[in-house]
Amino acid sequence: MTTTAVPFRLPRANALVGGLLVGILALAAIVGLLWTPYDPLAIDFRARLAPPGPAHWLGTDDFGRDVLSRLLAGAWTSASIGVVTTAAAVAVGTLVGILTGFLRGWVDRVVMAVNDTLLSFPGILFALGLLAVLGANKWGIILALSLAYVPTVVRVVRATVLSLRERDFVAASRICGNSALYTMARHVAPNCIAPLIILATVMFGWIILAESALSFLGLGVPPPAPTWGNMLAGSRPLIAQAPWLGIFPGLAIALTLLGINLLGDALRDRLDPRMAR
Amino acid sequence: MSAALLSVDRLSIGTASGLPLVRDVSFDLAAGEIVAVVGESGSGKTMVSRAVLDLLPPGVVRTGGAIRLAGIDLARLDRNAMRKVRGGAVGMVFQEPMTSLNPAMPVGRQLEEALRLHTGCNRGERRRRILAMLERVAIPDPERCLAAYPHEFSGGMRQRIMLASVMLPKPKLLIADEPTTALDAVVQAEVMALMAELARENGTAVLLVSHDLSMVAHFARRVVVMQAGAVVEQGATEALLLSPQHPYTRRLLEALPRRGPARPPADGPPVVEVRDLVVDYAGRRRLVGRAAAKRAVDGVSLVVRPGETVAIVGGSGSGKTSLGKAIIGLVPTAGGAVLFRGTDPFADRRRLLDFRLGSQVVFQDPYSSLDPRMRVGAIVGEPLRHDAGLSARQKQARVVEALADVGLDEGHLGRYPHQLSGGQRQRVAIARAIVRRPAFVIADEPVSALDMTVQKQILALLAELQARYGFACLFISHDLAAVEQVADRVLVMEHGRIVEEGPRDRVFDAPRHAYTRRLLSAMTVLGAVGDDFALARRGGGWSAAAADGAPPAAGRGGAPENPVALAAGP
Repeated sequence: MTTTAVPFRLPRANALVGGLLVGILALAAIVGLLWTPYDPLAIDFRARLAPPGPAHWLGTDDFGRDVLSRLLAGAWTSASIGVVTTAAAVAVGTLVGILTGFLRGWVDRVVMAVNDTLLSFPGILFALGLLAVLGANKWGIILALSLAYVPTVVRVVRATVLSLRERDFVAASRICGNSALYTMARHVAPNCIAPLIILATVMFGWIILAESALSFLGLGVPPPAPTWGNMLAGSRPLIAQAPWLGIFPGLAIALTLLGINLLGDALRDRLDPRMAR
Repeated sequence: MSAALLSVDRLSIGTASGLPLVRDVSFDLAAGEIVAVVGESGSGKTMVSRAVLDLLPPGVVRTGGAIRLAGIDLARLDRNAMRKVRGGAVGMVFQEPMTSLNPAMPVGRQLEEALRLHTGCNRGERRRRILAMLERVAIPDPERCLAAYPHEFSGGMRQRIMLASVMLPKPKLLIADEPTTALDAVVQAEVMALMAELARENGTAVLLVSHDLSMVAHFARRVVVMQAGAVVEQGATEALLLSPQHPYTRRLLEALPRRGPARPPADGPPVVEVRDLVVDYAGRRRLVGRAAAKRAVDGVSLVVRPGETVAIVGGSGSGKTSLGKAIIGLVPTAGGAVLFRGTDPFADRRRLLDFRLGSQVVFQDPYSSLDPRMRVGAIVGEPLRHDAGLSARQKQARVVEALADVGLDEGHLGRYPHQLSGGQRQRVAIARAIVRRPAFVIADEPVSALDMTVQKQILALLAELQARYGFACLFISHDLAAVEQVADRVLVMEHGRIVEEGPRDRVFDAPRHAYTRRLLSAMTVLGAVGDDFALARRGGGWSAAAADGAPPAAGRGGAPENPVALAAGP
């Protein structure tokens, strides 16, 4: 086929909007860590359930805490849980996936049997069970969610490795005299990066959602520390009196997920090997 | 020529962003005539053939000119009228038989589709015509074929089914885009002959798109040569082959493989010796147990001596690639022995490393054999990793030297494989193979993924490097033309066994085994005789000879039985 120079293209709308929304999340998380308009934990009974206004832009909750401050602080919690959990799940899953995919044999069979068993539980149910044992706190959530999402990563990486190991350049590496371990590290692992980046982006979204869901169910980060999930949970009895308590955290979760999914789509378009050809 | 059936008039095609791909292409095709469009990858030949049916890929548009079918401008047709043309008046056969049939649909239903859309015949009539057509294309047991799925057939059979499906509505024009490139030599000849016969019987004109000049010369009455999106020359086949006017046509003709001079037989202790090698592939795992193992290589023995090229020749499924992989240790053997310099390299680690350091492979597909995430310098330098005797600087110098050996320079060191052309990639693969000065190189179909002119360069390069470094070479190929050019000795392989073995000239001039004769008769007869081009045209007898395994008419060395043998200097 004719090879044509690909002229520079503007990033498409989904990359732009996705990048913008994720950028806002990152900014909110960092701002929330350093500075918030009010102390997110400060209780002020004089300002209970104040609607959005000049003093409290997004209103206050039933303890008089500033919703905007809590949202910003919660962004840090959500984002940090998302980043750490994704990194842990990807690291463990990649290692296991490459090993099983490349070595095959009984290692593969045993690991994949366990993996498929784990996959057959809904992730959130699995995490719920683990949290009941580990106790509900930030590190418990990270551990539980990482374990819940490792099997998905293993599946994706193993499938990629299975197709890669049939390629001639892997055979060429063995023929050069390279060991299996070196071939895995030098030739197989780097070629798994593209699908992994895409998976990681999407998974980051799932994890933020899962953390919100866990907090909503009362097994997340314990109050009074704010997270978007427990803010949403706390708004439930007051939804008729103070709708802003549910609207703003809900909106934050929805927009963040939208941004991450758009960005993941754009990355997939960008990193698709057929596009790279 | 009477009124043309298909008339392509100053056709131009470009990308939507304005980059021209095809410029001012004009040619005519009379009813019942076979015309070939020949060119290398990127010449725009496929674009032209696709434009006829308005099947250009997304982002590519017609920018000028007209295509008329029986006097009707196809650009004027609306979508519904175009649908009637596709499949009805004009049929199309694609290159890849593995993907052009729907894997989820029985063959009978797929064949019926075109008839249902384009003819008014009823069920019984359709069935009768399908069975007759399957019979015609020599599918064994047509009744059973109707209910079978595409994966149950080999590539050659699928291409026959594809032909049957396209010819069923009796189209006026058949467009065949590299219809046999994916098939091996024997099957290729049979399918091409079948296509020509079917076209003649039905009075169908054929637009044959191919990179293989010698193959189309047998079938096409006229040839259109394209280069870089433009027609450089067109004319009657013989005239074009005998007195090519354009330098590019001459280059294409010169790229046709010729037999190299015979070299004195190599002596000395064999570098690699294979004794009674057996390779089995485990059968498909069933719900309980396994199916019987399939024997791919069945008791093969051979020796390769320093400095010589031994060719393993055979069709697909003959076991030649499995043999190569077993020798290098990529697939387990079920019996027999491989000896490297007289000892078993798989006996202990030290000897294995020795073997690994001393032997290399050049793979068929340079798109798959180079790690897409490594730069050329790192790829070529990788085999030196285990060479403890060289310093980093010496290694770097050796990499540059190897690149220079294959005709690349230091500027390519930092490139990624996807920034290189197919020929350049194969050069990189060869550089990687020779960088450690191996004693033994396996070249597994090293040129079959490349254009003709590039093939010639790569084969010449391999021969030159062998003369310089003296490695022994095992050349695995289904392409007899390439083998004839480089081999010293030839081993013919069928069903996992060596059926014939001998010096190249003896095997090519006086083949003894029936399978060798079949392979040779399938080889395109257009080739170089001495320094001249000889064009031999044998009517339908071409495939008949191939089918009953009869000796080819007087073979390749002598004169064909009904020759229009012409000779002229290029």
